[in-house]
Amino acid sequence: MAQVMMKDLNKKYDEVHAVKDVNLHIRDKEFVVLVGPSGCGKSTTLRMVAGLEEITAGEITIGDRVVNDLPPKDRDIAMVFQNYALYPHMTVYDNMAFGLKMRKFPKTEIAKRVGDAAEILGIQELLKRKPRQLSGGQRQRVAVGRAIVRHPQVFLFDEPLSNLDAKLRVQMRVELKRLHERLETTAIYVTHDQVEAMTLGDRVVVMKDGWIQQVGEPLELYSRPANRFVAGFIGSPSMNFVETTIADVNGGLWADTAGLRVKVPPASAARLGPYKGQKVTLGIRPEDLRVASGADSADYSFDTVVEVVEPLGSEILLDLKAGPNVMVARVDPTVRVKHQDKMRLSLHPERVHFFDNKTELAI
Amino acid sequence: MVIERRWKKWVYFYIPLTIFVIGTLFPFYWMLVTAIRPDAELYRSWRAVNNAPFWTLQPTLEHFRDLMAKTTFPRWLWNTFFIAVISTSISLACGLLAGYALARLKFPMAGTLGTSIFVTYLVPPTLLFIPLADIIRDFQLGNTPWALILTYPTFLIPFCTWLLMGYFKTIPKELEECARIDGATRFGAMVRIIFPIAVPGILSAGIFAFTLSWNEFIYALIFLSSPERKTVPVGVVSELIRGDIYFWGQLMAGALLGSIPVALVYSFFVEYYVTGLTGSVKG
Repeated sequence: MAQVMMKDLNKKYDEVHAVKDVNLHIRDKEFVVLVGPSGCGKSTTLRMVAGLEEITAGEITIGDRVVNDLPPKDRDIAMVFQNYALYPHMTVYDNMAFGLKMRKFPKTEIAKRVGDAAEILGIQELLKRKPRQLSGGQRQRVAVGRAIVRHPQVFLFDEPLSNLDAKLRVQMRVELKRLHERLETTAIYVTHDQVEAMTLGDRVVVMKDGWIQQVGEPLELYSRPANRFVAGFIGSPSMNFVETTIADVNGGLWADTAGLRVKVPPASAARLGPYKGQKVTLGIRPEDLRVASGADSADYSFDTVVEVVEPLGSEILLDLKAGPNVMVARVDPTVRVKHQDKMRLSLHPERVHFFDNKTELAI
Repeated sequence: MVIERRWKKWVYFYIPLTIFVIGTLFPFYWMLVTAIRPDAELYRSWRAVNNAPFWTLQPTLEHFRDLMAKTTFPRWLWNTFFIAVISTSISLACGLLAGYALARLKFPMAGTLGTSIFVTYLVPPTLLFIPLADIIRDFQLGNTPWALILTYPTFLIPFCTWLLMGYFKTIPKELEECARIDGATRFGAMVRIIFPIAVPGILSAGIFAFTLSWNEFIYALIFLSSPERKTVPVGVVSELIRGDIYFWGQLMAGALLGSIPVALVYSFFVEYYVTGLTGSVKG
């Protein structure tokens, strides 16, 4: 069990600056997820922790040791790869035992540990098989098993569920979470899937273009995104963005654009004061829009036209147009609407986000 | 429809295949028939009444007996075998390490180095033997097996390196990364994980290298002179063609016996050898 510290971590390839000034403190027993679009530097960061990539600048500490110059085998970590990386010429048992054999564990101890791990993962019957005789989900379990037999200080996961089909992915996600709660080992998990990030992480690190955009607990990222990128990346369907102008009408601030005019909620009003007369981006999540009823204040309501209706069973997604602004609303399945219907929507005043148009930071 | 398709299959598949198979196997058949044909039939005029060029009614092992007794053929076989095995081993060892390095390690000029190794393979032996002969003389290796054992790698190493490099590239690099995290050094991961997976590739490189050195002619002809030191291809040609007299029976018997080991090696490893050339197993 150990904490992992990354200090001013940088990685430059010939032309590309892949990781830029990453500072991250991962606490003991914590499950941290690095998430971002492809090419954001998340995998490179993980591989630097593993020792598979050289560090251009900065420092990585695992436990109390600076590991910059340690080869991977001396870092006391275990890694699960996207393509499982099972050794095809060895049986499942030998795959799982390999790390222990390399560390010269006694045979009885190896047998015990492999047995325990196989039991935890429910793969006892597979121990004598070769990897090519296993299904995708079974291979994934073996790969995880190979990591846990070693009782390492840190688990590293590099998109471990991306090669599984959707149903299996959800199932394995739950199992990984359960496993972490049982083993209580520090884990760093890389994924491009924001759902995986939100469900698995104690904390989530959102990255883009090599920079850390925001670090926080899943719900914190969701409710208080630090910038427009995080706001758009976390949540599905993603947040609606509308470019508006802040106008002062009779002492109150309004966000105004063609087809949409809503009052700036009191909570945001003070911070938006300096933006009077300027353009800002208004962000509202699809679930924070609802069909306006008589009780809703006219200040937060606006008219839309329904473009597409997507019934999902538990909810309906509506693609709407408010003037020229396209947006998505997530509404109750009982709502009966069809293409080209007019509809009045109301937004949740406490859940409106504003972003600076230049810096893209949350206001 | 069905009839038309069957007709097409004959024209585009069976007939060309038959022609190809006959074309490929006929020389071997000819070799066999000539080797067991008595001299009387061999040197008979084509116009003779009872001439039957494609078969014989009086098969004989006389040529094989002569080959074993009157020439140093068994000695040639051993020479060829010894030289082929040692030069193949040297080339495989170098090719494995070089191929791995070119496929996996990042170092300056890796690409250029890979290409230049390939270019050396393209230098024809008919040119290369001139400087090589000079070197062999300087080291006083002429007329010893080492003259060939040390010169064959000039074309075997580039060949093995390239074949193995290609094969290593098809093995996912995560496998050895995982092994290195699991506690192996880079060398350990190479030996324990990559080499066992690369067995088909290593075998096909080995078979090819073995065949190339077994059949090699020019270097063997130039660097070896005494009859008992020769290899099969050179020995058969230089000792069984005297002036303008061709000892056809013994020539063909020698060629037949000389090609058997290669044929055996191929047939044993044919499956490996096909996967070796077409790509690796998936992780």
